[in-house]
Amino acid sequence: MSEFSLSALAAQLAAKQVSSRELAQTYLDRIAALNPSINAFITVDAEKTLAEAAAADALIAAGKNGPLTGVPIAHKDIFCTDGWLTTCGSKMLSNFVAPYDAHVIQRFKAAGMPSLGKTNMDEFAMGSSNETSFYGAVKNPWDTARVPGGSSGGAAACVAARMAPAATGTDTGGSIRQPAAFTGITGLKPTYGLVSRFGMIAFASSLDQAGPMAPSAEDCALLLNVMTGFDPNDSTSLERDKEDYARDLDKPLSGLRVGLPKEFFAEGLNSEVAAAVEAAVTELKKLGATPVEISLANSQLAIPVYYVLAPAEASSNLSRFDGVRYGYRAPDYASLDDMYCKTRAQGFGAEVKRRILIGAYVLSHGYYDAYYLQAQKIRRLIADDFSAAFEACDVILGPTAPGTAFRLGEKSDDPVEMYLNDLYTIPANLAGLPGMSLPCGFDSQGLPIGLQLVGNYFSEAKMLNVAHQYQRVTDWHKRLPPLGEASGERR
Amino acid sequence: MSLSPDDVKRIARLARIEISDVEAQATQAQLNSIFDLIAAMQAVDTSGVGPMAHAQEVHQRLRDDAVTETDRHAAFQAIAPAVENGLYLVPKVIE
Repeated sequence: MSEFSLSALAAQLAAKQVSSRELAQTYLDRIAALNPSINAFITVDAEKTLAEAAAADALIAAGKNGPLTGVPIAHKDIFCTDGWLTTCGSKMLSNFVAPYDAHVIQRFKAAGMPSLGKTNMDEFAMGSSNETSFYGAVKNPWDTARVPGGSSGGAAACVAARMAPAATGTDTGGSIRQPAAFTGITGLKPTYGLVSRFGMIAFASSLDQAGPMAPSAEDCALLLNVMTGFDPNDSTSLERDKEDYARDLDKPLSGLRVGLPKEFFAEGLNSEVAAAVEAAVTELKKLGATPVEISLANSQLAIPVYYVLAPAEASSNLSRFDGVRYGYRAPDYASLDDMYCKTRAQGFGAEVKRRILIGAYVLSHGYYDAYYLQAQKIRRLIADDFSAAFEACDVILGPTAPGTAFRLGEKSDDPVEMYLNDLYTIPANLAGLPGMSLPCGFDSQGLPIGLQLVGNYFSEAKMLNVAHQYQRVTDWHKRLPPLGEASGERR
Repeated sequence: MSLSPDDVKRIARLARIEISDVEAQATQAQLNSIFDLIAAMQAVDTSGVGPMAHAQEVHQRLRDDAVTETDRHAAFQAIAPAVENGLYLVPKVIE
Protein backbone atom coordinates (compact mmCIF):
# COMPACT_ATOMS: atom_id res chain seq x y z
CA MET A 1 0.00 0.00 0.00
CA SER A 2 2.70 2.40 1.01
CA GLU A 3 3.97 3.42 -2.43
CA PHE A 4 0.62 4.41 -3.88
CA SER A 5 -0.26 7.99 -4.71
CA LEU A 6 -3.66 9.38 -3.77
CA SER A 7 -4.79 9.26 -7.39
CA ALA A 8 -3.70 5.60 -7.66
CA LEU A 9 -5.54 4.73 -4.43
CA ALA A 10 -8.65 6.56 -5.63
CA ALA A 11 -8.52 4.72 -8.96
CA GLN A 12 -8.31 1.34 -7.21
CA LEU A 13 -11.23 2.28 -4.97
CA ALA A 14 -13.33 3.48 -7.90
CA ALA A 15 -12.54 0.25 -9.80
CA LYS A 16 -13.51 -1.71 -6.66
CA GLN A 17 -10.11 -3.46 -6.56
CA VAL A 18 -9.97 -2.53 -2.90
CA SER A 19 -12.62 -1.23 -0.50
CA SER A 20 -12.23 1.81 1.68
CA ARG A 21 -12.63 -0.46 4.73
CA GLU A 22 -9.77 -2.68 3.58
CA LEU A 23 -7.62 0.32 2.86
CA ALA A 24 -8.41 1.94 6.22
CA GLN A 25 -7.70 -1.35 8.01
CA THR A 26 -4.31 -1.63 6.27
CA TYR A 27 -3.33 1.80 7.55
CA LEU A 28 -4.79 1.14 11.03
CA ASP A 29 -2.64 -2.00 11.21
CA ARG A 30 0.42 -0.01 10.23
CA ILE A 31 -0.41 2.64 12.83
CA ALA A 32 -0.76 -0.09 15.48
CA ALA A 33 2.65 -1.46 14.52
CA LEU A 34 4.57 1.80 14.17
CA ASN A 35 2.93 4.36 16.42
CA PRO A 36 4.39 3.01 19.68
CA SER A 37 7.86 3.97 18.41
CA ILE A 38 6.91 7.16 16.48
CA ASN A 39 4.11 8.66 18.65
CA ALA A 40 2.59 10.41 15.64
CA PHE A 41 -1.02 9.95 16.78
CA ILE A 42 -2.72 11.24 19.91
CA THR A 43 -6.05 9.54 19.16
CA VAL A 44 -6.85 6.50 17.03
CA ASP A 45 -10.40 5.12 16.97
CA ALA A 46 -10.63 2.14 14.61
CA GLU A 47 -14.38 1.80 15.06
CA LYS A 48 -15.07 5.38 13.96
CA THR A 49 -12.56 5.13 11.10
CA LEU A 50 -14.08 1.90 9.78
CA ALA A 51 -17.62 3.31 10.04
CA GLU A 52 -16.55 6.31 7.95
CA ALA A 53 -14.84 3.94 5.49
CA ALA A 54 -18.00 1.85 5.22
CA ALA A 55 -19.96 5.02 4.42
CA ALA A 56 -17.39 5.81 1.70
CA ASP A 57 -17.79 2.30 0.29
CA ALA A 58 -21.55 2.89 0.12
CA LEU A 59 -20.96 6.12 -1.83
CA ILE A 60 -18.68 4.27 -4.27
CA ALA A 61 -21.20 1.44 -4.67
CA ALA A 62 -23.92 4.01 -5.42
CA GLY A 63 -21.69 5.75 -7.97
CA LYS A 64 -21.69 8.93 -5.88
CA ASN A 65 -17.95 9.07 -5.32
CA GLY A 66 -15.76 12.12 -5.83
CA PRO A 67 -12.07 12.17 -6.84
CA LEU A 68 -10.75 10.98 -3.46
CA THR A 69 -13.74 9.17 -1.94
CA GLY A 70 -12.63 6.32 0.30
CA VAL A 71 -9.00 7.47 0.63
CA PRO A 72 -8.23 7.81 4.35
CA ILE A 73 -6.46 10.82 5.85
CA ALA A 74 -5.05 11.78 9.26
CA HIS A 75 -5.98 15.11 10.85
CA LYS A 76 -3.83 17.35 13.01
CA ASP A 77 -5.28 17.50 16.51
CA ILE A 78 -5.83 21.25 16.11
CA PHE A 79 -9.02 20.67 14.09
CA CYS A 80 -12.22 20.31 16.11
CA THR A 81 -13.73 16.98 15.12
CA ASP A 82 -17.26 16.17 16.27
CA GLY A 83 -17.19 13.35 18.82
CA TRP A 84 -13.38 13.04 18.76
CA LEU A 85 -10.99 14.09 21.48
CA THR A 86 -9.41 17.34 20.21
CA THR A 87 -6.46 18.28 22.42
CA CYS A 88 -4.28 20.70 20.43
CA GLY A 89 -1.40 18.86 22.13
CA SER A 90 -2.29 20.47 25.48
CA LYS A 91 -3.25 19.34 28.96
CA MET A 92 -5.68 22.28 28.82
CA LEU A 93 -7.80 20.38 26.26
CA SER A 94 -6.90 16.85 27.34
CA ASN A 95 -10.59 16.16 28.12
CA PHE A 96 -12.11 18.17 25.24
CA VAL A 97 -14.38 16.16 22.94
CA ALA A 98 -15.32 18.66 20.26
CA PRO A 99 -19.06 19.22 19.79
CA TYR A 100 -18.69 20.26 16.12
CA ASP A 101 -16.52 19.85 13.03
CA ALA A 102 -13.97 22.38 11.80
CA HIS A 103 -14.66 23.53 8.24
CA VAL A 104 -11.64 21.55 7.02
CA ILE A 105 -13.04 18.41 8.66
CA GLN A 106 -16.47 19.09 7.11
CA ARG A 107 -14.78 19.31 3.71
CA PHE A 108 -12.98 15.98 4.03
CA LYS A 109 -16.12 14.31 5.34
CA ALA A 110 -18.11 15.67 2.40
CA ALA A 111 -15.41 14.31 0.07
CA GLY A 112 -15.95 10.85 1.63
CA MET A 113 -12.43 10.62 3.10
CA PRO A 114 -12.35 8.63 6.36
CA SER A 115 -10.26 9.96 9.25
CA LEU A 116 -7.46 7.70 10.49
CA GLY A 117 -7.15 9.69 13.72
CA LYS A 118 -5.75 12.84 15.27
CA THR A 119 -2.05 13.57 14.97
CA ASN A 120 0.36 14.79 17.60
CA MET A 121 1.61 18.37 17.54
CA ASP A 122 3.45 20.99 19.54
CA GLU A 123 1.17 22.40 22.24
CA PHE A 124 -1.20 24.92 20.61
CA ALA A 125 1.07 24.67 17.52
CA MET A 126 3.84 26.54 19.35
CA GLY A 127 7.11 24.83 18.57
CA SER A 128 9.42 23.64 15.84
CA SER A 129 10.25 20.17 17.13
CA ASN A 130 7.03 18.60 18.47
CA GLU A 131 8.69 18.39 21.87
CA THR A 132 6.22 20.77 23.55
CA SER A 133 3.29 18.35 23.17
CA PHE A 134 1.59 17.26 26.41
CA TYR A 135 1.44 13.84 24.75
CA GLY A 136 5.19 13.52 24.36
CA ALA A 137 7.59 14.15 21.51
CA VAL A 138 7.05 12.65 18.07
CA LYS A 139 10.07 10.74 16.72
CA ASN A 140 11.40 11.25 13.22
CA PRO A 141 10.88 8.03 11.21
CA TRP A 142 14.27 8.59 9.52
CA ASP A 143 16.05 8.50 12.88
CA THR A 144 13.98 8.03 16.01
CA ALA A 145 16.58 9.89 18.10
CA ARG A 146 15.69 13.03 16.15
CA VAL A 147 12.73 15.42 16.02
CA PRO A 148 10.28 15.41 13.10
CA GLY A 149 10.03 19.20 13.18
CA GLY A 150 6.92 21.05 14.25
CA SER A 151 4.35 22.01 14.95
CA SER A 152 2.69 19.53 12.53
CA GLY A 153 5.25 16.87 13.51
CA GLY A 154 2.78 14.03 13.99
CA ALA A 155 1.23 14.73 10.58
CA ALA A 156 4.65 14.77 8.90
CA ALA A 157 5.88 11.64 10.68
CA CYS A 158 2.75 9.62 9.96
CA VAL A 159 2.95 10.44 6.24
CA ALA A 160 6.71 9.79 6.11
CA ALA A 161 6.23 6.39 7.78
CA ARG A 162 3.24 5.71 5.50
CA MET A 163 0.90 5.32 8.49
CA ALA A 164 -1.45 7.50 6.43
CA PRO A 165 -1.50 8.33 2.71
CA ALA A 166 -1.87 12.03 3.59
CA ALA A 167 -2.52 14.39 6.47
CA THR A 168 -3.74 17.86 7.28
CA GLY A 169 -1.44 20.39 8.91
CA THR A 170 -1.43 24.04 9.89
CA ASP A 171 1.29 26.63 9.38
CA THR A 172 1.66 29.86 11.39
CA GLY A 173 5.43 30.31 11.00
CA GLY A 174 6.49 27.18 9.11
CA SER A 175 4.59 24.40 10.90
CA ILE A 176 3.72 22.55 7.68
CA ARG A 177 6.89 23.25 5.70
CA GLN A 178 9.63 22.67 8.30
CA PRO A 179 8.33 19.24 9.44
CA ALA A 180 7.74 18.30 5.79
CA ALA A 181 11.42 19.13 5.15
CA PHE A 182 12.61 17.18 8.20
CA THR A 183 10.68 14.04 7.23
CA GLY A 184 11.10 14.00 3.45
CA ILE A 185 7.52 14.72 2.42
CA THR A 186 5.71 17.50 0.53
CA GLY A 187 3.63 20.12 2.32
CA LEU A 188 1.90 23.31 1.24
CA LYS A 189 0.74 26.39 3.15
CA PRO A 190 -1.83 28.12 0.96
CA THR A 191 -2.36 31.86 0.49
CA TYR A 192 -3.84 33.28 3.69
CA GLY A 193 -7.64 33.14 3.49
CA LEU A 194 -8.01 30.22 1.04
CA VAL A 195 -8.74 27.61 3.72
CA SER A 196 -11.25 28.40 6.44
CA ARG A 197 -9.95 28.69 10.00
CA PHE A 198 -13.38 27.85 11.45
CA GLY A 199 -12.94 25.17 14.12
CA MET A 200 -9.15 25.25 13.81
CA ILE A 201 -7.95 26.12 17.30
CA ALA A 202 -6.46 29.59 17.01
CA PHE A 203 -2.81 30.44 17.66
CA ALA A 204 -2.07 33.68 15.73
CA SER A 205 -5.16 34.43 13.67
CA SER A 206 -3.56 36.77 11.12
CA LEU A 207 -0.98 34.08 10.25
CA ASP A 208 -2.65 30.67 10.81
CA GLN A 209 -3.42 28.72 7.65
CA ALA A 210 -4.21 25.03 7.10
CA GLY A 211 -2.79 22.99 4.27
CA PRO A 212 -2.06 19.50 2.93
CA MET A 213 0.89 17.20 3.74
CA ALA A 214 1.53 14.17 1.55
CA PRO A 215 4.32 12.39 -0.33
CA SER A 216 4.01 14.35 -3.57
CA ALA A 217 2.97 17.69 -5.07
CA GLU A 218 0.29 15.93 -7.10
CA ASP A 219 -1.21 14.56 -3.86
CA CYS A 220 -1.14 18.05 -2.35
CA ALA A 221 -2.94 19.51 -5.37
CA LEU A 222 -5.78 17.01 -5.01
CA LEU A 223 -6.05 17.66 -1.27
CA LEU A 224 -6.05 21.42 -1.81
CA ASN A 225 -9.02 20.94 -4.14
CA VAL A 226 -10.88 19.48 -1.15
CA MET A 227 -9.72 21.94 1.54
CA THR A 228 -10.13 25.35 -0.07
CA GLY A 229 -13.29 27.36 -0.47
CA PHE A 230 -15.28 30.19 1.02
CA ASP A 231 -16.73 29.79 4.49
CA PRO A 232 -18.99 32.45 6.00
CA ASN A 233 -17.96 31.24 9.46
CA ASP A 234 -14.44 32.64 9.00
CA SER A 235 -14.39 36.44 8.68
CA THR A 236 -11.09 36.28 6.74
CA SER A 237 -12.21 33.56 4.32
CA LEU A 238 -11.86 34.76 0.74
CA GLU A 239 -14.70 34.58 -1.77
CA ARG A 240 -13.12 33.25 -4.94
CA ASP A 241 -14.12 31.07 -7.84
CA LYS A 242 -13.36 27.40 -7.36
CA GLU A 243 -10.12 26.37 -9.03
CA ASP A 244 -8.53 23.04 -9.88
CA TYR A 245 -5.07 23.12 -8.33
CA ALA A 246 -3.98 20.14 -10.43
CA ARG A 247 -4.73 21.87 -13.73
CA ASP A 248 -1.17 23.03 -14.44
CA LEU A 249 0.79 20.06 -13.08
CA ASP A 250 1.93 18.88 -16.50
CA LYS A 251 2.87 22.27 -17.95
CA PRO A 252 6.50 22.54 -19.10
CA LEU A 253 8.74 24.91 -17.10
CA SER A 254 10.35 26.65 -20.07
CA GLY A 255 10.58 30.38 -19.44
CA LEU A 256 9.96 30.05 -15.70
CA ARG A 257 11.92 32.64 -13.70
CA VAL A 258 13.05 31.21 -10.37
CA GLY A 259 14.04 33.87 -7.82
CA LEU A 260 16.86 32.98 -5.45
CA PRO A 261 16.89 35.36 -2.46
CA LYS A 262 20.53 36.00 -1.60
CA GLU A 263 19.55 36.37 2.08
CA PHE A 264 18.38 32.72 2.11
CA PHE A 265 21.78 31.43 1.02
CA ALA A 266 23.82 33.49 3.47
CA GLU A 267 25.60 32.64 6.71
CA GLY A 268 23.83 30.18 8.96
CA LEU A 269 22.79 27.78 6.20
CA ASN A 270 24.14 24.25 6.55
CA SER A 271 26.48 23.50 3.61
CA GLU A 272 24.88 20.16 2.76
CA VAL A 273 21.44 21.81 2.64
CA ALA A 274 22.86 24.58 0.43
CA ALA A 275 24.40 22.01 -1.93
CA ALA A 276 21.15 20.04 -2.25
CA VAL A 277 19.11 23.19 -2.93
CA GLU A 278 21.64 24.36 -5.52
CA ALA A 279 21.49 20.94 -7.19
CA ALA A 280 17.71 21.33 -7.40
CA VAL A 281 18.19 24.68 -9.13
CA THR A 282 20.42 22.92 -11.68
CA GLU A 283 17.68 20.33 -12.20
CA LEU A 284 15.09 23.06 -12.80
CA LYS A 285 17.43 24.74 -15.29
CA LYS A 286 17.52 21.49 -17.25
CA LEU A 287 13.72 21.69 -17.32
CA GLY A 288 13.88 25.16 -18.88
CA ALA A 289 13.77 27.44 -15.86
CA THR A 290 16.00 30.50 -15.47
CA PRO A 291 17.43 31.41 -12.04
CA VAL A 292 17.30 35.09 -11.09
CA GLU A 293 19.01 36.56 -8.03
CA ILE A 294 16.61 38.56 -5.90
CA SER A 295 16.77 40.27 -2.51
CA LEU A 296 14.40 40.10 0.44
CA ALA A 297 16.34 42.68 2.42
CA ASN A 298 14.03 42.82 5.43
CA SER A 299 13.64 39.06 5.78
CA GLN A 300 16.21 38.86 8.58
CA LEU A 301 13.74 40.90 10.65
CA ALA A 302 11.03 38.28 10.18
CA ILE A 303 11.86 36.39 13.39
CA PRO A 304 11.84 39.47 15.67
CA VAL A 305 8.58 40.65 14.04
CA TYR A 306 7.02 37.21 14.32
CA TYR A 307 7.93 36.86 18.01
CA VAL A 308 6.05 40.07 18.73
CA LEU A 309 2.98 39.55 16.53
CA ALA A 310 2.38 35.82 17.04
CA PRO A 311 2.62 35.94 20.87
CA ALA A 312 0.47 39.11 20.93
CA GLU A 313 -2.26 37.36 18.98
CA ALA A 314 -1.78 34.17 20.99
CA SER A 315 -2.10 35.92 24.34
CA SER A 316 -5.45 37.25 23.19
CA ASN A 317 -6.66 33.99 21.58
CA LEU A 318 -5.62 31.81 24.51
CA SER A 319 -7.41 34.00 27.07
CA ARG A 320 -10.48 31.87 26.33
CA PHE A 321 -8.97 28.96 28.25
CA ASP A 322 -10.20 29.86 31.72
CA GLY A 323 -11.59 26.59 33.08
CA VAL A 324 -15.22 27.75 32.84
CA ARG A 325 -16.79 26.47 29.63
CA TYR A 326 -14.61 23.56 28.47
CA GLY A 327 -11.26 21.92 29.02
CA TYR A 328 -9.18 21.61 32.15
CA ARG A 329 -10.06 23.22 35.48
CA ALA A 330 -7.66 23.20 38.44
CA PRO A 331 -8.93 20.92 41.24
CA ASP A 332 -8.37 23.37 44.12
CA TYR A 333 -8.83 27.14 44.23
CA ALA A 334 -9.88 29.89 46.64
CA SER A 335 -11.77 32.27 44.34
CA LEU A 336 -12.75 32.87 40.72
CA ASP A 337 -9.54 34.74 40.04
CA ASP A 338 -7.50 32.04 41.74
CA MET A 339 -9.31 29.45 39.61
CA TYR A 340 -8.29 31.25 36.42
CA CYS A 341 -4.67 31.62 37.53
CA LYS A 342 -4.25 28.03 38.76
CA THR A 343 -6.11 26.53 35.79
CA ARG A 344 -3.86 28.36 33.33
CA ALA A 345 -0.68 27.68 35.33
CA GLN A 346 -1.44 23.95 35.40
CA GLY A 347 -3.11 23.58 32.00
CA PHE A 348 -0.49 25.29 29.81
CA GLY A 349 3.05 24.04 29.22
CA ALA A 350 6.20 26.14 29.54
CA GLU A 351 6.49 27.31 25.90
CA VAL A 352 2.83 28.34 25.70
CA LYS A 353 3.16 30.32 28.93
CA ARG A 354 6.31 32.02 27.66
CA ARG A 355 4.51 33.16 24.53
CA ILE A 356 1.45 34.35 26.44
CA LEU A 357 3.74 36.40 28.70
CA ILE A 358 5.60 37.92 25.73
CA GLY A 359 2.27 38.77 24.13
CA ALA A 360 0.80 40.28 27.29
CA TYR A 361 3.93 42.39 27.69
CA VAL A 362 4.15 43.77 24.14
CA LEU A 363 0.47 44.70 24.25
CA SER A 364 0.64 46.28 27.70
CA HIS A 365 0.39 49.99 28.38
CA GLY A 366 3.47 51.94 27.33
CA TYR A 367 4.99 49.24 25.13
CA TYR A 368 2.42 48.91 22.36
CA ASP A 369 4.01 51.40 19.95
CA ALA A 370 7.58 50.21 20.49
CA TYR A 371 6.76 46.56 19.92
CA TYR A 372 3.40 45.74 18.39
CA LEU A 373 3.04 48.74 16.10
CA GLN A 374 6.71 48.67 15.06
CA ALA A 375 6.36 44.94 14.24
CA GLN A 376 3.28 45.61 12.11
CA LYS A 377 5.18 48.30 10.18
CA ILE A 378 8.13 45.99 9.50
CA ARG A 379 5.65 43.33 8.48
CA ARG A 380 4.61 45.74 5.73
CA LEU A 381 8.26 46.18 4.64
CA ILE A 382 8.69 42.40 4.46
CA ALA A 383 5.54 42.05 2.33
CA ASP A 384 6.71 44.91 0.08
CA ASP A 385 10.02 43.10 -0.51
CA PHE A 386 8.08 40.13 -1.87
CA SER A 387 5.95 42.34 -4.14
CA ALA A 388 9.12 43.84 -5.63
CA ALA A 389 10.71 40.39 -6.02
CA PHE A 390 7.71 39.04 -7.92
CA GLU A 391 8.28 41.74 -10.56
CA ALA A 392 11.49 39.86 -11.44
CA CYS A 393 10.50 36.22 -10.92
CA ASP A 394 7.55 33.82 -11.02
CA VAL A 395 8.40 31.75 -7.97
CA ILE A 396 10.94 32.11 -5.16
CA LEU A 397 13.15 29.15 -4.25
CA GLY A 398 15.40 28.49 -1.26
CA PRO A 399 15.96 26.12 1.63
CA THR A 400 13.01 25.33 3.92
CA ALA A 401 15.13 25.19 7.07
CA PRO A 402 18.76 26.07 7.82
CA GLY A 403 19.61 22.45 8.69
CA THR A 404 18.21 18.93 8.83
CA ALA A 405 16.37 17.23 11.72
CA PHE A 406 18.15 17.85 15.02
CA ARG A 407 18.35 15.53 18.01
CA LEU A 408 15.56 15.28 20.56
CA GLY A 409 16.46 17.62 23.42
CA GLU A 410 19.17 19.39 21.45
CA LYS A 411 17.39 22.75 21.36
CA SER A 412 14.54 22.33 23.81
CA ASP A 413 16.23 24.28 26.62
CA ASP A 414 16.98 27.34 24.48
CA PRO A 415 13.87 29.03 23.04
CA VAL A 416 15.84 31.46 20.88
CA GLU A 417 17.89 28.65 19.29
CA MET A 418 14.61 26.86 18.52
CA TYR A 419 13.02 30.00 17.03
CA LEU A 420 15.89 30.48 14.58
CA ASN A 421 14.80 27.30 12.80
CA ASP A 422 11.97 29.17 11.14
CA LEU A 423 13.89 32.05 9.59
CA TYR A 424 13.17 31.03 5.99
CA THR A 425 9.54 30.05 6.52
CA ILE A 426 8.18 32.94 8.61
CA PRO A 427 8.42 35.65 5.90
CA ALA A 428 5.73 33.96 3.76
CA ASN A 429 3.36 33.82 6.76
CA LEU A 430 3.88 37.50 7.54
CA ALA A 431 3.14 38.43 3.92
CA GLY A 432 0.26 35.90 3.65
CA LEU A 433 1.90 34.24 0.64
CA PRO A 434 1.69 30.55 -0.28
CA GLY A 435 4.75 28.44 0.48
CA MET A 436 5.61 24.79 0.12
CA SER A 437 8.38 22.38 0.98
CA LEU A 438 9.42 19.36 -1.04
CA PRO A 439 12.25 16.86 -0.64
CA CYS A 440 15.43 17.61 -2.59
CA GLY A 441 18.04 15.22 -1.17
CA PHE A 442 19.65 13.80 1.95
CA ASP A 443 22.55 14.87 4.12
CA SER A 444 25.53 12.64 4.93
CA GLN A 445 23.62 11.21 7.90
CA GLY A 446 20.75 10.08 5.70
CA LEU A 447 18.36 12.82 6.84
CA PRO A 448 15.97 14.45 4.36
CA ILE A 449 16.57 17.98 3.05
CA GLY A 450 13.70 20.26 2.09
CA LEU A 451 13.43 22.79 -0.69
CA GLN A 452 11.06 25.73 -0.23
CA LEU A 453 9.01 27.43 -2.92
CA VAL A 454 7.21 30.71 -2.18
CA GLY A 455 4.74 31.96 -4.74
CA ASN A 456 2.78 35.13 -5.29
CA TYR A 457 -0.75 35.35 -3.91
CA PHE A 458 -3.03 32.64 -5.34
CA SER A 459 -0.24 31.02 -7.37
CA GLU A 460 -0.62 27.58 -5.77
CA ALA A 461 -1.24 25.91 -9.15
CA LYS A 462 2.02 27.39 -10.48
CA MET A 463 4.02 26.25 -7.43
CA LEU A 464 2.53 22.76 -7.65
CA ASN A 465 3.42 22.72 -11.35
CA VAL A 466 7.07 23.51 -10.54
CA ALA A 467 7.15 20.94 -7.74
CA HIS A 468 5.48 18.24 -9.84
CA GLN A 469 7.83 18.74 -12.77
CA TYR A 470 10.77 18.49 -10.36
CA GLN A 471 9.30 15.32 -8.84
CA ARG A 472 8.90 13.78 -12.31
CA VAL A 473 12.67 13.86 -12.78
CA THR A 474 13.71 13.11 -9.17
CA ASP A 475 12.75 10.39 -6.71
CA TRP A 476 13.56 11.99 -3.35
CA HIS A 477 9.86 12.06 -2.46
CA LYS A 478 9.58 8.31 -3.08
CA ARG A 479 12.32 7.30 -0.64
CA LEU A 480 11.05 5.56 2.47
CA PRO A 481 12.54 5.71 5.98
CA PRO A 482 14.31 2.54 7.17
CA LEU A 483 11.57 1.32 9.50
CA GLY A 484 10.98 -2.38 10.05
CA GLU A 485 8.10 -3.06 7.67
CA ALA A 486 6.56 -5.91 9.65
CA SER A 487 6.96 -4.96 13.28
CA GLY A 488 7.99 -1.33 13.12
CA GLU A 489 10.47 -2.03 15.89
CA ARG A 490 13.71 -2.11 13.98
CA ARG A 491 15.19 0.79 15.87
CA MET B 1 15.65 46.56 27.90
CA SER B 2 15.67 44.00 30.65
CA LEU B 3 12.80 42.52 32.64
CA SER B 4 13.09 42.09 36.40
CA PRO B 5 11.45 39.18 38.27
CA ASP B 6 8.84 41.69 39.45
CA ASP B 7 8.08 42.61 35.82
CA VAL B 8 7.61 38.93 35.03
CA LYS B 9 5.20 38.55 37.96
CA ARG B 10 3.27 41.64 36.86
CA ILE B 11 2.87 40.29 33.30
CA ALA B 12 1.89 36.86 34.63
CA ARG B 13 -0.73 38.61 36.76
CA LEU B 14 -2.07 40.39 33.63
CA ALA B 15 -2.22 37.04 31.83
CA ARG B 16 -3.86 35.30 34.83
CA ILE B 17 -1.12 32.70 35.15
CA GLU B 18 -0.01 31.81 38.66
CA ILE B 19 3.77 31.95 38.94
CA SER B 20 6.08 31.24 41.87
CA ASP B 21 9.17 33.30 42.72
CA VAL B 22 11.40 30.47 41.51
CA GLU B 23 9.52 30.20 38.20
CA ALA B 24 9.65 33.97 37.75
CA GLN B 25 13.44 33.87 38.12
CA ALA B 26 13.82 31.14 35.49
CA THR B 27 11.31 32.76 33.14
CA GLN B 28 12.99 36.14 33.44
CA ALA B 29 16.21 34.90 31.84
CA GLN B 30 14.37 33.22 28.95
CA LEU B 31 12.14 36.21 28.28
CA ASN B 32 15.12 38.53 28.30
CA SER B 33 16.93 36.43 25.70
CA ILE B 34 13.79 36.56 23.54
CA PHE B 35 13.53 40.33 23.97
CA ASP B 36 17.20 40.62 22.97
CA LEU B 37 16.22 38.88 19.71
CA ILE B 38 13.23 41.18 19.24
CA ALA B 39 15.37 44.28 19.89
CA ALA B 40 16.73 44.08 16.31
CA MET B 41 13.45 45.73 15.27
CA GLN B 42 14.19 48.95 17.08
CA ALA B 43 16.97 50.01 14.70
CA VAL B 44 14.64 50.02 11.67
CA ASP B 45 13.36 53.35 10.40
CA THR B 46 9.64 52.84 9.82
CA SER B 47 8.58 56.46 9.53
CA GLY B 48 5.89 56.76 6.90
CA VAL B 49 5.22 53.01 6.81
CA GLY B 50 1.64 51.95 7.42
CA PRO B 51 1.14 49.07 9.86
CA MET B 52 0.06 45.77 8.32
CA ALA B 53 -2.47 44.01 10.52
CA HIS B 54 -3.52 41.34 8.07
CA ALA B 55 -2.29 39.57 4.96
CA GLN B 56 -5.39 40.38 2.92
CA GLU B 57 -7.44 43.55 2.79
CA VAL B 58 -10.59 42.05 4.22
CA HIS B 59 -13.79 43.84 5.03
CA GLN B 60 -16.36 42.88 7.59
CA ARG B 61 -19.11 41.03 5.80
CA LEU B 62 -22.73 41.62 6.68
CA ARG B 63 -25.36 38.93 6.57
CA ASP B 64 -29.12 38.97 6.74
CA ASP B 65 -30.43 39.49 10.24
CA ALA B 66 -31.88 36.01 10.52
CA VAL B 67 -31.60 33.15 12.98
CA THR B 68 -28.91 30.81 11.66
CA GLU B 69 -27.97 28.84 14.77
CA THR B 70 -29.84 25.99 16.35
CA ASP B 71 -30.00 25.60 20.12
CA ARG B 72 -27.11 23.32 21.10
CA HIS B 73 -26.56 24.49 24.65
CA ALA B 74 -26.91 20.96 26.03
CA ALA B 75 -24.11 19.66 23.78
CA PHE B 76 -21.89 22.63 24.57
CA GLN B 77 -22.49 22.47 28.32
CA ALA B 78 -21.96 18.70 28.43
CA ILE B 79 -18.23 19.38 28.09
CA ALA B 80 -18.06 22.11 30.76
CA PRO B 81 -16.24 21.49 34.06
CA ALA B 82 -19.29 22.42 36.19
CA VAL B 83 -22.88 23.17 35.13
CA GLU B 84 -26.16 23.41 37.01
CA ASN B 85 -29.61 24.19 35.61
CA GLY B 86 -28.12 25.28 32.29
CA LEU B 87 -25.69 27.68 33.98
CA TYR B 88 -21.90 27.51 34.19
CA LEU B 89 -20.78 27.22 37.81
CA VAL B 90 -17.88 29.33 39.06
CA PRO B 91 -16.74 30.33 42.57
CA LYS B 92 -18.83 33.01 44.22
CA VAL B 93 -17.78 36.53 43.13
CA ILE B 94 -20.30 38.68 45.06
CA GLU B 95 -20.69 38.30 48.82
